[in-house]
Amino acid sequence: MLEFETIVFYALAVATVIPALGVMMAKDIVRVAFWLLASLSGVAGLFIMLDADFLGVTQVLVYIGGILVLILFGIMMTHRDPVLMDAGEERRRSPFTGLAVTLVTFGALLGVIIGTGWNTATAGDQSRGLRSGPLASEPTAAPIGKALLTDYVLPFEIVSVLLLVVLCGAAYIARRGRDEEASNA
Amino acid sequence: MPDIGLNAYLLVAAAIFSVGLGVVVVRRNAIAVLCGLELILNGAALNFVALNRYTGPVGRVDGQMFAVFIIILAAAEAAIALAILLNLYQMTNTVQIDEADSLRN
Repeated sequence: MLEFETIVFYALAVATVIPALGVMMAKDIVRVAFWLLASLSGVAGLFIMLDADFLGVTQVLVYIGGILVLILFGIMMTHRDPVLMDAGEERRRSPFTGLAVTLVTFGALLGVIIGTGWNTATAGDQSRGLRSGPLASEPTAAPIGKALLTDYVLPFEIVSVLLLVVLCGAAYIARRGRDEEASNA
Repeated sequence: MPDIGLNAYLLVAAAIFSVGLGVVVVRRNAIAVLCGLELILNGAALNFVALNRYTGPVGRVDGQMFAVFIIILAAAEAAIALAILLNLYQMTNTVQIDEADSLRN
């Protein structure tokens, strides 16, 4: 009898890795974007299974609501006919090259993961404040908010300035017709 | 079937990371390369969260903080990269990365 958590984990793992392979194999650039959507959703589910509910929701909001829309706009603005784009137009290396790179990297990581004695807590360690198996999950939004204003306040402030600069810079870089404006002036 | 432990999550994260690396190597379309980059960043974030969950002390969210900053930086990087690609498209009428070779002797 499989536990419910096990079934959900395997379903999410498949729903994450198969679309990731789709990103590598799909011919159409729009399909690449939608495979990426599926893969990112799977990662959001995995976050939630790891008791990181705030991160799961953030993943959906930022990646799927923000970055993916940005990527789709990028596709629309850099192809004349993105929907009916000729499938053979995008030249790429043979997918087998990518598969080989993937397999070699994954094999190396597999060796490291299996070979490392991770310091995971056993059941007896829980008295020392280490967690082991599934816990009753608590919301993580409050601890994350507290950490952002105490231990992580400096990175938080730096990142806020960075985001402001990035948004201004992106708007400046992407604006159209700088040369014409300069020559007219 | 064994219980789901730390290794299972780390393996999924490693799979996402290596597939993302393969995407970056295979793709010629710069936007697809960007998609592969997002996969790589997601694999790293998943690693942080899994290790925080299984090896961190109860009540600490340090790994999740790293994942939060990874997501923020990924958003910033995607915005800048797409702005640069729009410029590249206006200059060369393509976003195939092997055609952007005007700096080659």
